[in-house]
Amino acid sequence: MHRYANPTRFLKIARVATPIVALLGLALTAAGLWIGLFASPPDYQQGDSVRIMYVHVPAAWLGAGGYMSLAIASATALIWRHPLATIAARAIAPAGAAFTAICLVSGALWGKPTWGTYWVWDARLTSMLVLLFLYLGYLALSASEADKGGEARASAILALVGVINLPIIKYSVEWWNTLHQGSSISVVNASSRIAPALLTPLLLSVAGFSFLFAAIVLMRMRAMLAQQRVDARSRRLAEALA
Amino acid sequence: MKAKHQRLWLVVGALTALGGAGALAFSTLGEKATYFYAPSDLKKGPAPTAAIRLGGMVEKGSITRDGATVRFVVTDMAQTVPVTYTGILPDLFREGQGVIAEGRIDPATGAFKADTILAKHDENYMPPEVAGAMKKTGRVSAGN
Repeated sequence: MHRYANPTRFLKIARVATPIVALLGLALTAAGLWIGLFASPPDYQQGDSVRIMYVHVPAAWLGAGGYMSLAIASATALIWRHPLATIAARAIAPAGAAFTAICLVSGALWGKPTWGTYWVWDARLTSMLVLLFLYLGYLALSASEADKGGEARASAILALVGVINLPIIKYSVEWWNTLHQGSSISVVNASSRIAPALLTPLLLSVAGFSFLFAAIVLMRMRAMLAQQRVDARSRRLAEALA
Repeated sequence: MKAKHQRLWLVVGALTALGGAGALAFSTLGEKATYFYAPSDLKKGPAPTAAIRLGGMVEKGSITRDGATVRFVVTDMAQTVPVTYTGILPDLFREGQGVIAEGRIDPATGAFKADTILAKHDENYMPPEVAGAMKKTGRVSAGN
């Protein structure tokens, strides 16, 4: 792990990996959304509004999965003080927040025709909104810590505390009666309640969104490392001139 | 013990404590965070007078219409509650499908008078022709 925590080595790998990951993400997302929107059948109950799922479900998974990676990066920063861990956490947070927001908005747009309401305060919807607030809190706190130039300790602790929300989101539909339906896909049992014709575009778009998420994080990390170098260089220059 | 091991145990300890606190909060919260009650939940205690949400399946063949007023029975396969509602129903409101009614129990008749009806969707997604084929073999209860 230490081998890849070296910023120079990371930049070398990231320079090659970023365009590959980004192109994979664009291609898979385009394929998934094309099939999902134009070349797949409607649902027997929901009709065409089922197509919102091809954006909603990947956004939800990446909102939650992104938070898990934010927490892992934060724990790594707290415990092992890896130079890249804080940068990774700060790169992940805005992308995760954006996907969570997409999940909430697309879910509301699906809820109106399906349930008859944009929003209810059931356990699944509320815990997902809390996830967005955790992201926003992390962003605000880490921005103020970055301004002061200190360690990102408080924001890392906030990210770890928020992990408690992830099992709540996942199991909210089992622990409580919710308006939101239960899980259609079980990774553990490798089973799904979604017909193959609808599952194929969904899985394509999940894969595409994941690669796009990774590409965004890589791009942001490279930009932040470059910014650090620029800052260090201008500091040295200012000292030399003084 | 090295400093990083100390920090590791500190984080592990803090997360364990947090998990414990979460579990305690969860056990106290229990039913309060539930979005709706099933008919069986209502039959357990005395009929609540406050506004509540009732959820379950619309019993097959129970929908009757009288102008803008619709009457149907909500079931959880164990208990049933009759519901009356006046207003516009969501598109997915169908026999054999999930429904959530917001309203009160009329103490005089024991029927549930709903102010709002939300349709609940289940976790099954399939094209119409698949649903048609499954309906024939009795594996799914399609309402339309």
